[in-house]
Parts: sequence; C-alpha cells; structure tokens
Amino acid sequence: MARIIVVTSGKGGVGKTTTSAAIAMGLAKAGHKTAVIDFDVGLRNLDLILGCERRVVYDFINVINGEASLNQALIRDKNCNLLYILPASQTRDKDALTEEGVGRVLDELSKDFEYIVCDSPAGIEKGANLALYFADDAFVVTNPEVSSVRDSDRMLGILSSKSRRAERNEDPIKEYLLLTRYDADRVKSGEMLSLEDVQEILSLELLGIIPESKSVLSASNAGIPVILDEKSEAGQAYADVVARYLGEKRPHRFIDAKHGFLRRLFGGRK
Amino acid sequence: MLNTSPALEFKSSTFFAPILILYTHDMVAIEQTLQEKINLAPEFFRDSPLIIDLRELNKLNQDLDFVQITQLLRRIGFFPVGIRGGNEQQNKQARTLSIPIDTVREQGNPITIGEAQKQEAVPEVTTAKESISPIAAPPQSPVAATLITQPIRSGQRIYASGDLIILSQVSAGAEIMAEGNIHVYNTLRGRALAGVHGNTAARIFCFDLQAELISIAGDYKTSEDLNKQTYKNPVQIYLQNHALIIKEIA
Repeated sequence: MARIIVVTSGKGGVGKTTTSAAIAMGLAKAGHKTAVIDFDVGLRNLDLILGCERRVVYDFINVINGEASLNQALIRDKNCNLLYILPASQTRDKDALTEEGVGRVLDELSKDFEYIVCDSPAGIEKGANLALYFADDAFVVTNPEVSSVRDSDRMLGILSSKSRRAERNEDPIKEYLLLTRYDADRVKSGEMLSLEDVQEILSLELLGIIPESKSVLSASNAGIPVILDEKSEAGQAYADVVARYLGEKRPHRFIDAKHGFLRRLFGGRK
Repeated sequence: MLNTSPALEFKSSTFFAPILILYTHDMVAIEQTLQEKINLAPEFFRDSPLIIDLRELNKLNQDLDFVQITQLLRRIGFFPVGIRGGNEQQNKQARTLSIPIDTVREQGNPITIGEAQKQEAVPEVTTAKESISPIAAPPQSPVAATLITQPIRSGQRIYASGDLIILSQVSAGAEIMAEGNIHVYNTLRGRALAGVHGNTAARIFCFDLQAELISIAGDYKTSEDLNKQTYKNPVQIYLQNHALIIKEIA
C-alpha cells in the first residue's frame, strides 16, 4: 500500500507545486517508487516544473474517464527512473474530477508505488478537496505572512473534517508544516512573521524551513526540481525535509540570518 | 462505496409561520372567527402552516382537545405544524399526531396546572408575570457539556446545546457557540457566543483573550472594543445590566 501525501495550502503562490516536485523527486532519489499527481486541472504546471511538458500525451482526466490506461498517462522522469508524473488536463476544469474516479486511480497507483504525492490546487473548492480527501499525510505549505497562515489554518480545519479518514473515524491525517519563502533578514527586521509567530497559530510538526532563494525560480524555469540543485540553500532545505519525513533526525537550518563578512560590509542581498 | 454527490445534507434555517393564539375552547366560535379571517384573504391562508399556541388558554384553565382543534384546522385548509404551551395531555395528543412540540419555550415559561391555579388565585400578579415572560429563563434540563480537545481551525463552527469546553486553541475565523457557558482553556482568537438562546446568565471563560468577537445572549463586543488591559489575559466575561463585563481572573 502506498502512502498518500497531499501538498496543500489554501492560498495560491506559496510554493505547493515547487514543493510537490521537490519532495517527490527527493523520495524517488531515496529509493522509493513515487508518483506525483497534478490536481490543478485547467492550470497544469507540475509538468513544467519537472521539465516533462513536451512528453504529455494523456492526462489524469483521461485516466479517470477511462480514455487512457494509467500506464499510458504516467510519464517517467528523465532524472530519476523511480519517479512518475501524472499530469493534469489543461483543457478541462475541476468538475471533471470525481471522487469515485480519483479513488480508483489512487487505488491502482497504490498497488505498485510506495508514495503518491498529490499536488493540490489553491482554494478550497473541488480540486483541493479531492486532492486531500484520500491523504494519509499532509504537507501544509505556508509563507510567513498573515493571510497565508490564516488560509493554512482553514485548510487544517478541512483536513480534520472533510477527509476520508475523518469520515471513516480513522486516525486523522498526519499534518506537517513547511514554511516556504522564508527570509531570515526580513524576519529579523520585523517585516515577516517568524517561525514562532506562525507556530503560535498553527502549532504543527515542522518538517522544514525553505529559505527564499533565487535558485527556486531558475530551477522552475529550467524544469529541474530545485532539490537537485545541491548547492542552493532551498535545495538543501528540501533534502532535509525529505530526510526528516523518512524518519531521520536533522537539526533545522535557515532560521536565523547569517551574514557573511562581505554581506555585512556591503549590505547586499542574496 | 464512493459517490460523487452525497445523498443528503443537513442545514439549519429559519422559517416564518403564523401562530394561532387561542383564547377560548369553544370550537364553534373558533371556526366562525377563522372562517371570517379566511374570507378576508383566502389566498393568504390557503394551505398555510400553523403553530397552535395554547398558553393563554391554559392560563384561563380552559381545557381543549388538541385532536379536535387539529381536525378543525385541517378541515378548513391549514397545516398545523407545531404546538406551544400545551399541557401534558395536549402535548401527548400532539405527539400521537406527529406534531412537534416547542419544548424550548416550555422550559422558559413552564405552564403547569399548579401555576395556572396560583395565577387564578392571585389575578393581580398576571400583568407582572406577563412582562417577565418574554425573557427566556436559563435552560433547566441538565444538557451534557460538549468537550473538544482538537484545535478549532479557521472556518470551523462548533455548536453546543449546553456548555462548551475547549481544551485547545480557537483560531481566528472560527466560531464557537453554546446555549450555556463557554470555557476555552487555551487561546481564544475566533468568535465566541455564549447563551445564544437568550441565557443572560451564561459566561465565557478563557485563558488568553484575543477574540475577534465575544457575545453573551446577543450582547456583543468586537476585538476593537476589547480593553487593552484584558487583552491576552485570562478572563471571564459576563452580562451585568445588559453590559458585557470582562474581568481578569487572577
């Protein structure tokens, strides 16, 4: 049986797809056969971040509708042969997703994958609800600002009440916090919420802090998940996240502002 | 089995329905008066739902057969959907006819035979009693308290028909409501409404007051009006002469 992970946030633009691509790649690199599904039907992005957009033939909706088999639609990643992508349809909308159809696809994937990562769309509508419905674990992606924290809080309420686990009175979904686009300098100057501020409201198990980094944007544009950029802080942070999720104890990094001698001298930015 | 759309869902809603207050048990007089009213506006009354209010009648100690009045009303085109202020016998008859009984009101204004007799014996008291009666008394029946240990997240709503006890935080954007008291043994950031059915004796207790709104029996304050001194402190909140008092718990 596969473990189903939903990457969710409520708010848009906080880094759900970047996170989904990074952790799916990280899990696959660690030797676990992983599938990552784009639930953002109509706004297909995951394939771009993973650099496989030119190989999309069939999509998630085709599989749900029985127009293609799962094997036809799954795209094997070119960097890691244990990672498979199930892209969203760009020409349909979220109404094409059905609980029965999503459940069927996840059941089938569960047979020979270890992890299934569901990249949720923003919002709290059908796409987001179905992305989390079958989940075992939730990665709640939050930016250190008030509206993102509020939306994550709302999402946590939905996770605890509208999932299959909640409906069946099973153990609740395990919720983890991922604080992304964290800028320690701006936290220090009071422009951004600190980790403590966020945790005061959300109080979740912290999987990692992903520092704001230029390498995220360039990785996205190049179609290579940032976790493969081992030199970048964001890449290292995502590697920590995956390791912690798999049970390894690693101290949290990137919380405090670290100024090198030159940066202190010139006050430059990363 | 997985299904696209659920078979049903429950929602709460308020409906308006006319109340028929009876002052006599004379069936002939009732029918005659009703017929006159219907003739004035036949469309308005056709197939109208109706709640039968027997409080006045029972104060006068006039006995009325509830089955008989229901049959009469149905015959002339009404749909009786409820009974209010009936005595034991009438409520029993209503139950056999599957007509709901307004129990909340009953608790507020208990109409017992003993009380009716007392009123008859001391008729001067009636006016004083009448002026008091609209204020609902606190629920007397021992409703079990609702205990919640999970955090209440933004967008979630909790309703308790008795007291509400919450051990974890209540997030901003969440709403907790109770007919009785509310206890929050953690940070209260959302909205808290105690005594929602008009119980003015209800109180709110919390460890860390950062609420968006607090209300007791409809009297409310928003976070803007909250005293800076009590903000982020353990407090109790209660009503005194229609004013919300927020007092620090030492």
